[in-house]
Amino acid sequence: MSDTAASPEAGDEDAERRDFLVLAAGGMGVVGAASFAWPLIHSMNPSAEVLALSTVEVDLDPIGEGQSITIVWQGKPVFVRRRTKAEIDEALKGDSADMRDPQKDGDRAQKADWLVMIGLCTHLGCIPLGQKSTDPKGEFGGWFCPCHGSHYDTSGRIRKGPAPKNLPLPPYKFVDDKTILIG
Amino acid sequence: MSTASQWKNPVIRWVDDRLPIFTYMDHEYQQFPMPKNLNYFWNFGALASIVLVVMVVTGIMLAMQYTPHVDYAFDSVERIMRDVNYGWLLRYIHMNGGSMFFIVVYIHMFRGLYYGSYKAPRELLWMLGVVILLLMMATAFMGYVLPWGQMSYWGATVITNLFSAIPYVGDWIVTLLWGGFAVDNATLNRFFSLHYLMPFVLFAVVGLHVVALHMTKSNNPDGIEMKGPQDSVPFHPYFTAKDSVGIGVFLLFFAFFVFFAPNFFGEPDNYIEANPLQTPPHIVPEWYFLPFYAILRSVTIDFWFIPAKLMGVILMFGSILILFILPWLDTAKVRSAKYRPIYKYVFWIFFADCIALGWVGSQPAEGNALILGQVATVYYFVHFILVMPILGKIETPLPLPTSIAEPVTGGGGGTSAGAAAAKMEKS
Repeated sequence: MSDTAASPEAGDEDAERRDFLVLAAGGMGVVGAASFAWPLIHSMNPSAEVLALSTVEVDLDPIGEGQSITIVWQGKPVFVRRRTKAEIDEALKGDSADMRDPQKDGDRAQKADWLVMIGLCTHLGCIPLGQKSTDPKGEFGGWFCPCHGSHYDTSGRIRKGPAPKNLPLPPYKFVDDKTILIG
Repeated sequence: MSTASQWKNPVIRWVDDRLPIFTYMDHEYQQFPMPKNLNYFWNFGALASIVLVVMVVTGIMLAMQYTPHVDYAFDSVERIMRDVNYGWLLRYIHMNGGSMFFIVVYIHMFRGLYYGSYKAPRELLWMLGVVILLLMMATAFMGYVLPWGQMSYWGATVITNLFSAIPYVGDWIVTLLWGGFAVDNATLNRFFSLHYLMPFVLFAVVGLHVVALHMTKSNNPDGIEMKGPQDSVPFHPYFTAKDSVGIGVFLLFFAFFVFFAPNFFGEPDNYIEANPLQTPPHIVPEWYFLPFYAILRSVTIDFWFIPAKLMGVILMFGSILILFILPWLDTAKVRSAKYRPIYKYVFWIFFADCIALGWVGSQPAEGNALILGQVATVYYFVHFILVMPILGKIETPLPLPTSIAEPVTGGGGGTSAGAAAAKMEKS
């Protein structure tokens, strides 16, 4: 554009001034467009009432040994399982096995009886089976994802199949012996 | 002017030889000749297209958060205001953007009326503009229903009931529009669907409007055609720069309302959820519909076999449809009011008439306001049906400049085609 309006006698100084004006105006235009774009984009992020649902309290009292419940936290299923002695032993035995995502059982359960995990397969997000007593639990007696055949052990660690990671752990703490707060 | 070989970049040349978008852009938005005497009133077309883009972009984001159901619509709008990140900003931009759109388009239209931009060869350009206005009105009306406040509901009821004035099939049409026996969930759903559809139709017609504009080129304050390169300057950088100045000023104006007076154009009653069992005592449409609303209400007596209700509807729609034939109603060969000594005043009388109708529309339909509305309605149509055809025959236009590049200095030369034609017409 600089040559369109340039008169023959306009020197380098004029051209420089014009370039500066173009850059300065263009720069302001970009800042303006970006400050309009950000509210549009940010409006798609979780809204205040979604963020307000970030913690869930769970009463553990009604859960018997060998039983599981599934609760919803941030729209995702969370598995809360009260493990049997046999399952804990099995999980501890697995600590030394060759695993894709090695982790000690002690690092996965704050109290050995209680396993709290996000119940979404780390492969592509299906919910693994194994919460009900009648469900298939896979070759390692934990959970089995029917979508693409991932096997999780009694500590929720990936042992066989395509999933890359162990079932993730949500942040949680024991409020007292019978209550946990997730989130 | 532009050939494929002008592109040095091989990728651009490869694309351009197959799909000439670069040549098109260069031809239509760089080299495109603009009359060199345009004033700032020629910014408003560009402003309108900016508003359309802003409306579409904010509208798409709002539609992601809005729930088109009678039980949730009102609450979902409040959720947008309180919980959604920047939801208040998006809604206030969209809400005020509607008003901005009409402000800009009305100025754009009055510009066309003053400078005779609707006259040959720009009749189709003008008519496409009237189509755009009608689409905008439909879109704005349906958008106003979506928040499901009292004004939304009763506005929808009143406007859809207009169609019940049609003889024989009126009631059937209204039931069809509603999808029920009153404005209800089915109505809200279809209005949401159409409100989302219409802007894209609008985009298409705006595209045609621009194609027609680029065929005939812009009119200008002198209302005479460009005769050669000495009368024009290229679109870029002259009008990209000038439009940018206008856009800057306009966005400041827009932002003032969004940030400091977001409900200035709105009705407080629309923050009360729709109640099908109670009509607000004084219902008014949005300001941009007020003149037409005034015309609708001005008809209080039956015209022979046409009942008052039907006549009001006919006149209301007629007040816009008459714009379609304006290019043929106006018999003056000179375009610009600058060179029409009588039309110059007639234009402002008509402008005042439209403002008066707008004021009447905002008042209760009784007393002096009603009488003023009736006078203003009659004058509105007299302007188009009598004044415009007759004035063109009796008015002696001032001598036109010979070209845009050489504005007339004395009383001398009216040798341009337009002025010559006007003189022939009279002799």
